[in-house]
Amino acid sequence: MDRFYWSNKGIEAGETKSFCQNGVRIYDGDQKTSYDDGVLTLTSHKLMWMDSSNSQICISLSLSLAVFCERHGGGIGKSAKVSLHLQPVPQDRLPGPVARSSFGFIRFAFKHGGDVEFNHKMEQAIHNKAWEKSLRKSSHSTPEMRPLRASGIIGIERKMEAEKKMTDQSISVAFKDLTKLMEKAKEMVTLSSTIAEKIKDKKGDITDDETVKFQSYLLSLGIPNPVTKQTHGSGTHYHQQLAHEIARSLKPQIEKSGGMILLTDAYCRINRARGMELLSPEDLLNACRVLSHLNLSIKLRQFDTGVMVLQLDSHSDETVVKQTTELVTDSNSLSSEELASLVDISVLLAKERLLLAESSGAVCRDDADQGLRFYPNLFLTKSR
Amino acid sequence: MRRRGVGASAITKKKLETSRYKEHGNELAMIQLDQLSKQLETFHSHLEKFAANHKQEIRKDPQFRRQFQQMCATIGVDPLASGKGFWSEMLGVGDFYYELGVQLVEVCITTRPQNGGIMPIKELHQKLLKTRGKYAQDISLDDIKTALSKLKLLGTGFTLLGTGSKQIVKSVPGELNMDHSAVLEVAQKYNGKVSNSDIEAMYNWQTERIQHVMEHLVREGMAWIDTQTPNKETWFWFPAFFNVKNNN
Repeated sequence: MDRFYWSNKGIEAGETKSFCQNGVRIYDGDQKTSYDDGVLTLTSHKLMWMDSSNSQICISLSLSLAVFCERHGGGIGKSAKVSLHLQPVPQDRLPGPVARSSFGFIRFAFKHGGDVEFNHKMEQAIHNKAWEKSLRKSSHSTPEMRPLRASGIIGIERKMEAEKKMTDQSISVAFKDLTKLMEKAKEMVTLSSTIAEKIKDKKGDITDDETVKFQSYLLSLGIPNPVTKQTHGSGTHYHQQLAHEIARSLKPQIEKSGGMILLTDAYCRINRARGMELLSPEDLLNACRVLSHLNLSIKLRQFDTGVMVLQLDSHSDETVVKQTTELVTDSNSLSSEELASLVDISVLLAKERLLLAESSGAVCRDDADQGLRFYPNLFLTKSR
Repeated sequence: MRRRGVGASAITKKKLETSRYKEHGNELAMIQLDQLSKQLETFHSHLEKFAANHKQEIRKDPQFRRQFQQMCATIGVDPLASGKGFWSEMLGVGDFYYELGVQLVEVCITTRPQNGGIMPIKELHQKLLKTRGKYAQDISLDDIKTALSKLKLLGTGFTLLGTGSKQIVKSVPGELNMDHSAVLEVAQKYNGKVSNSDIEAMYNWQTERIQHVMEHLVREGMAWIDTQTPNKETWFWFPAFFNVKNNN
């Protein structure tokens, strides 16, 4: 496996393709590798394997390292395999997916057949030794190895190509496994934002999907150290700390949404900000219940219809009654739909506010054919 | 020494050269954009794979978790990709349905501007299949219903209406619904009489959305139904706007 090197999908001049098969998995000796589903291509000079789900991952093996191959037939639930025995690792090896391997052979498993033909073509290729002929021809000047000195457009092109290779390589190395990714996390964070920035510069946005955009936005609001049961137990203390977190993280969003959001929306928003530390609906509800005791300027409110919302304290009953009464007085009388368009809230909510004002005695109703209208309570203000 | 071109031919030549350089530059820019998009794709699929396979490990390390989330945000990857697992399958517990809940609320929030919070469950299903990563487990309509039932605890803000495959997820309750005001505006314009087609012509809403608003307005006593109309279409009368006509 350590003889493989990162490569591009291209074929050099003088090289000929003789075999191609998909659904091939690579084994390092007897061991399965993560290169589990790809397209295997055999040319006169090399073996090339390309990941099916991600065509950026492409590795090659020079045939000059192949010694001989043997086929093992498959059975029920077992795919046919071909082993390929290899020469020792050469001195000047190119960087590849595996730095060191204890095995002197690799194996290919053929999920969708093709093993017989591959074995045959491989034997032919090893016998023909096409690489020796072309090596001799071009041994004095390998164009690739010459130092890149050209400037101008060619220089730019080469630089672009080199940069691309570097980036591709560092991505595939970093995502090799989790430990690698953790080591290189910082680098990858920077790289990801550079790529995204560049694309935004050229194209506008990385996606047209509104949901994905919204999701990215919510994720980017990330909570650095989410309150969890592991850190804060599971009792009242936990819910209080959660309440603080919710208030801190959601208040700006509630303000933006007109002072009120559905508890269900809050569930989505807070969980996105928390990333992978999911909060259950139960915990969210319990935490929101203690909001009002903590004076955090938002609180949970339940309507008679069973709808629950988080709302700013500026929407508390006293302020609402005061504001509504003022509006009714200013326009002499109001129906719920008129109030709704005045303060830009739903008709239902407007009606509720008027009823609230009525129950506190600030306005009076007139229930006529034209619908329910409310007038300032003159009995209260003018009757002395 | 290089010869300097003089006269008309030199100018033409220079022009030609410039345009060629420009062409080439555009081509290069295209190639670069193409490469960047490919790198973004690679990043995307790697992140999805890791989110699906290494959730527990990623959660363990706070610093790394933050970095992972940051990457997901910039690249546009959904970090929630728990498998259903045995317990979710049998008992409906575990993160799977909670995660699905988060995702479905997200879809509803982002489609509200178009559908006013009325979304056929099938459409929601399609949208979820699209936005969930390609390594995430497939979900069925029943999974969506289970996830919705978990959200019931958070009040009746999200409700499932109707039966069978025609079910609708409603994500805007009356308290937050601005559609009523919009219909009332039309009613005022037409002096208190509107039909469903009037509203459709005005706002281009789906039938379900219009039905919904009208039903609510009738229930609230703001509109009266009239089925004995000359053109067999149901009309809605809004008494609140009757006097407008009289005044004119």
